[in-house]
Amino acid sequence: MTTQTPNGFTLDNAGKRIVVDPVTRIEGHMRCEVNVNDQGIITNAVSTGTMWRGLEVILKGRDPRDAWAFTERICGVCTGTHALTSVRAVESALGITIPDNANSIRNMMQLNLQIHDHIVHFYHLHALDWVNPVNALRADPKATSELQQMVSPSHPLSSPGYFRDVQNRLKKFVESGQLGLFKNGYWDNPAYKLPPEADLMATTHYLEALDLQKEVVKVHTIFGGKNPHPNWLVGGVPCPINVDGVGAVGAINMERLNLVSSIIDRCTEFTRNVYLPDLKAIGGFYKEWLYGGGLSGQSVLSYGDIPENPNDFSAGQLHLPRGAIINGNLNEVHDVDTTDPEQVQEFVDHSWYDYGEPGMGLHPWDGRTEPKFELGPNLKGTRTNIENIDEGAKYSWIKAPRWRGNAMEVGPLAATSSVTRKGHEDIKNQVEGLLRDMNLPVSALFSTLGRTAARALEAEYCCRLQKHFFDKLVTNIKNGDSSTANVEKWDPSTWPKEAKGVGMTEAPRGALGHWVKIKDGRIENYQCVVPTTWNGSPRDSKGNIGAFEASLLNTKMERPEEPVEILRTLHSFDPCLACSTHVMSAEGAPLTTVKVR
Amino acid sequence: METKPRTPVVWVHGLECTCCSESFIRSAHPLAKDVVLSMISLDYDDTLMAAAGHAAEAAFEETIAKYKGNYILAVEGNPPLNEDGMFCITGGKPFVEKLRHAAEGAKAIISWGACASYGCVQAAAPNPTQATPVHKVITDKPIIKVPGCPPIAEVMTGVITYMLTFDRMPELDRQGRPAMFYSQRIHDKCYRRPHFDAGQFVEHWDDENARKGYCLYKMGCKGPTTYNACSTVPLERRRHFPIQSGHGCIGCSEDGFWDQGSFYDRLTTIKQFGIEATADQIGWTATGLVGAAVAAHAAVSVLKRAQKKNEEA
Repeated sequence: MTTQTPNGFTLDNAGKRIVVDPVTRIEGHMRCEVNVNDQGIITNAVSTGTMWRGLEVILKGRDPRDAWAFTERICGVCTGTHALTSVRAVESALGITIPDNANSIRNMMQLNLQIHDHIVHFYHLHALDWVNPVNALRADPKATSELQQMVSPSHPLSSPGYFRDVQNRLKKFVESGQLGLFKNGYWDNPAYKLPPEADLMATTHYLEALDLQKEVVKVHTIFGGKNPHPNWLVGGVPCPINVDGVGAVGAINMERLNLVSSIIDRCTEFTRNVYLPDLKAIGGFYKEWLYGGGLSGQSVLSYGDIPENPNDFSAGQLHLPRGAIINGNLNEVHDVDTTDPEQVQEFVDHSWYDYGEPGMGLHPWDGRTEPKFELGPNLKGTRTNIENIDEGAKYSWIKAPRWRGNAMEVGPLAATSSVTRKGHEDIKNQVEGLLRDMNLPVSALFSTLGRTAARALEAEYCCRLQKHFFDKLVTNIKNGDSSTANVEKWDPSTWPKEAKGVGMTEAPRGALGHWVKIKDGRIENYQCVVPTTWNGSPRDSKGNIGAFEASLLNTKMERPEEPVEILRTLHSFDPCLACSTHVMSAEGAPLTTVKVR
Repeated sequence: METKPRTPVVWVHGLECTCCSESFIRSAHPLAKDVVLSMISLDYDDTLMAAAGHAAEAAFEETIAKYKGNYILAVEGNPPLNEDGMFCITGGKPFVEKLRHAAEGAKAIISWGACASYGCVQAAAPNPTQATPVHKVITDKPIIKVPGCPPIAEVMTGVITYMLTFDRMPELDRQGRPAMFYSQRIHDKCYRRPHFDAGQFVEHWDDENARKGYCLYKMGCKGPTTYNACSTVPLERRRHFPIQSGHGCIGCSEDGFWDQGSFYDRLTTIKQFGIEATADQIGWTATGLVGAAVAAHAAVSVLKRAQKKNEEA
């Protein structure tokens, strides 16, 4: 049956139904079903979040100063970003300001996460959709060396002997017959287009990136003591600064600043000499594969992040852009107000929750969730053995958030789409430069590869910003300011009886918001709307489809039984299911006033 | 090790946040790449494997059939039991079914992290999904608990390489944790311990004492009741030692650490905590008696530790 969605997509569920469960190389648990016509083209897509943890109800009644630690455990991949969002939400509720150094350190930690997350995503979660490590065995190491030197003359690991060693190691691995992580991969699928030399180069970088990423995170461990899951603090950061006095080993001192600085340099070198060149080299072989645009050229949302100065979240002061684009009008960027009950709303008509009445949308302040696991009449299988899901009924643990009623895509590409706004010439120049280098039109950006490219560009931009905030921190210390925490309102006795706040960040996967209500020094209500809730959204009552589903439509599959193309496009969003499907709030009474920072 | 078949590992994921996997790939010795290329055969791990859907499920079934009785099952996360287990679905079925199926032929099970070992954050009160640690679902297999949120990278790879090198289970304490990594408290080997014993404490965030690196006990540090190797894996301190960066330990390797009051509450409120409450006082009031206090403190700590373990076992 063919239907037209209000947001402009044609769905046809007549063809063969393909199920991908589990979708692998993502964070968390996800299922995807598509219908494919006799030409192998996807005509209908259904994405299902298949886990639910209920963290917000667990937060009820807790000390708001502890909330960062709970919400940080929403996700260990984008580790720290929920914690930052949480301390911002609590600080906005209680009117707590943070010192300048704390802003610089928080920004460095958030930027460091972006860089780490994007590198690990590209090499360890996404690359195997484009790169065939088995084919790398056929490569000529000398030609691989030439390729490496051509695409990135500055990368020192480029000799023929180096690639031969890696190839020999891979050969031994494959010949052992124990293929480990590569077992049952789709290695003879014609969707893989790279020549063996490019496969060897990229597989080598898979290993290099694996070695590097453990160093990248040390920015977190220096300032936050740990990674994954560094420590944060309401009112600032927990690490003191002491570059002079006795006992400075218990604080940020010269040695630690030097370590941070060296890591920033390594991040920058790798991103410029390996990550971006690989993106262009691999992308160059897939230039014809411009599927997967979905909502990206049409409806996108970003909250922005990385405030230049502490406690100022106005759009013009954010290094990562904030804004919303709807109806495909790229020239008009709407400002976003997450406290406006008309802007962000969540719907549950196709989610395993119950609002009591159909078609109702609730702002996160008023968010409520009663889990209701039920499957539709057209289900194939049973309640505990789902063969084909019925998307006409409830079909996901993910809610359906909407911005002014629109299904939105979030993430690096969404942020990039709004670069027409003033003040983000850096990002605009990056995008234009890449398109020029690859000889591609702007329209090519709105695709699976565009999403992957926007992420790499964001990583490079974040490297520059990381350096900027390192310099800013050092300058501030030089000028005599070593303050890292504001403890004026640390004691709950200084808090108002009731308070409400919102925290926002631009997480590696896109717009992330936490909404908190505090009463009598305790959390009364807590709600998160996270990037994969937006991107992985199921349908709403009007039939609008979400970003994952929209992006899969009209894609040609080489072999429908081998979901390489589905994985490519889903992975281009870097899905994080533990983030999206933890959502459960306590009943919140409708608010009459909303207080923001 | 290079010539014999690599030990197959099946790594499954329940309710979790993937911080254990992220920690695992941070391992510096051995490097994560060396573990997966040369030491084990990671034949199933939905976070990292190339295949998906049916091909991934086939890899799972093939591995557990072919290596019945010989593979290690690594579990990250835990199964929720409410809603017939459908709070965590994989392959259209409850995760708990997959866990039971995978456990049947496993040689041994590793419970990675606080989720698999104790339940962790989703099992914090009121535990809406009935998230349940692995050992309460699988009762007929040897289980090694490697708690922490996340566990230390080199502890994770250390446990695996111990099993490969010595071809046996590591010695476990009464809670089922490898004794080599979990038999001492953070406090026992903390580099700030002399400040505790001398009664030198951080009183407020970013105060002069914080800048001097004094003890974080009064800021809620749970080091005195937390068994883990954070203060004793010296080369890796840069990646896993919260106290080093000025925040107290939140006790992330202890059972139920989410439900022990605020992370900033001083430990005197915790029931099992005996002598340190008075040691704190001694430290404050009798600097002249520090030597004696330390000796008494150390002796009683040993007794308390044994006692605590007995209570927990």
